[in-house]
Amino acid sequence: MKAHEPLVYEISAPGRCGVEMPEPDVPLSPLPEELLRDDLPLPELAQVDVVRHYLRLSQLNYSVDTGFYPLGSCTMKYNPKVNEQAARLPGLALTHPLQDPETVQGNLAIMWSLQEFLKEISGFSGVSLQPAAGAQGEFTGILIIRAYHLSRGDARRTKILIPDSAHGTNPASTTMSGFTAATIKSDERGNVDLAALKAACDDTVAAIMITNPNTLGLFDEHIEDVINAVHDCGGLVYGDGANLNALLGVVRPADLGFDVMHFNLHKTFSTPHGGGGPGSGPVGVTEELAQFLPGPIVELDHTALEDEKLLLYNLVMPENSIGRIKSFWGNFGMIVRAYTYIRVHGPEGLRRVAEHAVLNANYLQARLKNTYPIPHADRICMHEFVAQGIVEGSDVRALDIAKRLIDLGYHPPTNYFPLIVHEALMIEPTETESQQTLDAFVDAMEKIAQEAKENPQLLKDAPHDAPRRRLDEVKAAKQLILCATFPQD
Amino acid sequence: MYIPHTDAERSEMLKTIGVEKLADLFRDVPEKVRFPDLRLPPAVSEMEVMRELQNISSANANLGEFPCFLGAGAYNHYIPATVDYVLSRGEFYTAYTPYQPEISQGTLQAMFEYQSMMCALTGMEVSNASHYDGATSLAEGIMMAVAVSRGERRKIVISPAVHPQYRQVVRTYTQGMELEITGDALRVQAGIPDIVKLLDANTAALVIQTPNFFGQMEDVTGAQSVADQVHAAGALLVVVADPISLAMFTPPGQYGADIACGEGQSLGIPLSYGGPYLGYFTSRKSLVRQMAGRIVGETADVDNARGYVLTLSTREQHIRREKATSNICTNQGLMALAAAVYLSTMGKCGLRAVAELCYHKSHYAAEQIAGLPGYAVDQNKPFFQEFVVKCPTSVARINKHLLQDHGIVGGYDLGQDYAHLKNHLLVAVTEMNTKDEIDEFVEGLREFALKPRKPANKVLPKKTVSKKTGAKKTARKSARKPARRAR
Repeated sequence: MKAHEPLVYEISAPGRCGVEMPEPDVPLSPLPEELLRDDLPLPELAQVDVVRHYLRLSQLNYSVDTGFYPLGSCTMKYNPKVNEQAARLPGLALTHPLQDPETVQGNLAIMWSLQEFLKEISGFSGVSLQPAAGAQGEFTGILIIRAYHLSRGDARRTKILIPDSAHGTNPASTTMSGFTAATIKSDERGNVDLAALKAACDDTVAAIMITNPNTLGLFDEHIEDVINAVHDCGGLVYGDGANLNALLGVVRPADLGFDVMHFNLHKTFSTPHGGGGPGSGPVGVTEELAQFLPGPIVELDHTALEDEKLLLYNLVMPENSIGRIKSFWGNFGMIVRAYTYIRVHGPEGLRRVAEHAVLNANYLQARLKNTYPIPHADRICMHEFVAQGIVEGSDVRALDIAKRLIDLGYHPPTNYFPLIVHEALMIEPTETESQQTLDAFVDAMEKIAQEAKENPQLLKDAPHDAPRRRLDEVKAAKQLILCATFPQD
Repeated sequence: MYIPHTDAERSEMLKTIGVEKLADLFRDVPEKVRFPDLRLPPAVSEMEVMRELQNISSANANLGEFPCFLGAGAYNHYIPATVDYVLSRGEFYTAYTPYQPEISQGTLQAMFEYQSMMCALTGMEVSNASHYDGATSLAEGIMMAVAVSRGERRKIVISPAVHPQYRQVVRTYTQGMELEITGDALRVQAGIPDIVKLLDANTAALVIQTPNFFGQMEDVTGAQSVADQVHAAGALLVVVADPISLAMFTPPGQYGADIACGEGQSLGIPLSYGGPYLGYFTSRKSLVRQMAGRIVGETADVDNARGYVLTLSTREQHIRREKATSNICTNQGLMALAAAVYLSTMGKCGLRAVAELCYHKSHYAAEQIAGLPGYAVDQNKPFFQEFVVKCPTSVARINKHLLQDHGIVGGYDLGQDYAHLKNHLLVAVTEMNTKDEIDEFVEGLREFALKPRKPANKVLPKKTVSKKTGAKKTARKSARKPARRAR
């Protein structure tokens, strides 16, 4: 299957238009000729060609709606269709962010409720829905930690501890916030190495950024010791909430002693990944830190109901806020979807989500551990685990296995991450997959292991049955064609 | 919900793992905090949650029912039906970042086309695959300018006529970076000549917005062009521009901008109470290695078939970690797709037609308002679709009156951001506003001007205007109720 779809510019013809705009119904005003551009090199397409073009492009994509997508650390669960309907309700979608709060009490009610839901799920006292994505939530969290230390007149804390199993965004967020990152290694059971941590804990530590369960899919067996060690030296504990799907109704991060955490509404709460965004990365904090949250956030006037005031909900800037982290109030469309998801689950439903995400991961781990090396298969994993793309008696690599999975109808797991596992294949099935789907995936992985021994070239040349075969990334970076050439007229 | 397991399957799976029950999977979690009772409202069915949201949303005044003259960085434009049709394809919206290019050519080619069309619109050479929104796009532009100077230049000059929220976000982003951000304390009337005076050898970038926050076109050419002056100081010129305006006005790439960025919401993305939106980001090609965010490039597969991949990933956080310029990971993929479908549908003629409709309608509105006693319209500079009106009384009172008696969402109160602009209203008029709506809006202002002492203490609309539909009456009635508490 080698579908070739031309670029929009290649199906353009002068004079075509995909939609007609009405004639002006007001008298025309003279245009400022000296400020006008000569040409506008946009494509010109008939509407039917626009639709066919993008529909054919869509068919070149693999997606959750077309198949199993066990991409570790990304929580590619099913995206409920009711969420999409909810976010498109005209009463919600057709509201302007700067309308008077009195005219958008419905929106503010949803935002306030989601703030409350997230507080209850995480145990935190304050939540801001403003950050646009996980990476931005993380950056926000580190700015809050900075503001906290500075508010106490403590400017010596310049160091952020980051375990070697962390997401790449963690060190980058640290630098953006003006801190330096210090790496802490993992021990042989995949936990943070306590001795190494304690040796690094001093009065220059601003915080530790910790992902728990970590990127190996393991719940740290000494999480309370880790948190205490950092608190004892005056540092705060930042939780990367990317892996919260394993913890819904199982444990509240604030109860463990975390001070700040971001949520990924697009992972845990089923808002779609959109081919790489939009995400949404709300931040939760302890009572002490709530004053530093970015804003505005939504507050409920408890007296308003009795007094029959119309303004029940309002937008308020936290007292010592780090400031505004994006325009307006947050990715509202994602907030509506996450609200919808939490409402159809309720407390028991959310716990079932975590239980079945963990059940599915452990089932896959148990069924795959005799075929592929899994460094920590002796432990119960959480929502994901990391296998190694190594087959005894074959020189194939994780990448070859990943590409061969494409031929067999699957999206590959995350490969070469986390960096601490050689030839990593990070597998996260999520709770929305059935035993049949998981069994079929195991069959495919076993077939590939067999092929690796018998015909390794088959894997090295994979994929064979995809819209494209392996693409030359070096060529892309070298020739640097980043936009189409516009037809010259 | 959405969990397919039967009891029999669950038992078999637990047996394979070697544990008895689901709870056994969580032994690593400290027992004293394990399995908390969450005080959340009990689950409801999909049918019930839709009814609940329908009910909650009726407490809003939505722009399908209320004509709108509010802009200030988010605009009510027409979205052709093709856009949501394509966005609703599961193949697009349930995919993730195209890490496996062989099975992500749909997303990758669409992003490449988005980048191409943004370059066409801005006149710039390269575009990334987007940032979160206009404000964060500008913040990334500023960090990029500092990185281009290898961190040696630490000053940013920013015009007071750049969107106030963008300036706030820039300050939030850079609070740990020890930068000097200056220029926006100048009086608002400051022109380009006043702003360029602040350039010095420590300046990494100068930021202007055109059309600026007040809707006016900045004079970027002048006696000596702003770009020449910025470049003479060794700094970068960063231009924030509304993308619809670029369908008719000279684009930043043609007057020497180094970075052009801004809010792409106007390109087919619903207002949706402020997000998700689209931060577009373009620059000169020589700066591409300092640009943050995902970038798609053309290449070929082993059979030499043309294809697309994420490229220049050595700039990014997952490779450079603490040395990366930005921590940005995903983009606003689906929103960039919306913009691509929008621009393909509108095309060359359609987009220019939209821009001209905005221009003519806003100028008609400005002219009508300028004729009202007590009102003054600032027409010192050419404007695109938004303009400033000096009012005889407070904007809050005028807006309440417009909503109550005319069922109109009025403009933006500039006094919120600029102390000396009390009683100044920022009015946006787009292709969505009919002449009737504009006339009604002007009538609303006129009534108020003639009767400035009329009390306007009722908060929400009461009187039904004759030409409004029955549906509108229902909406307004429900808008009077306080929002139901959701839990």
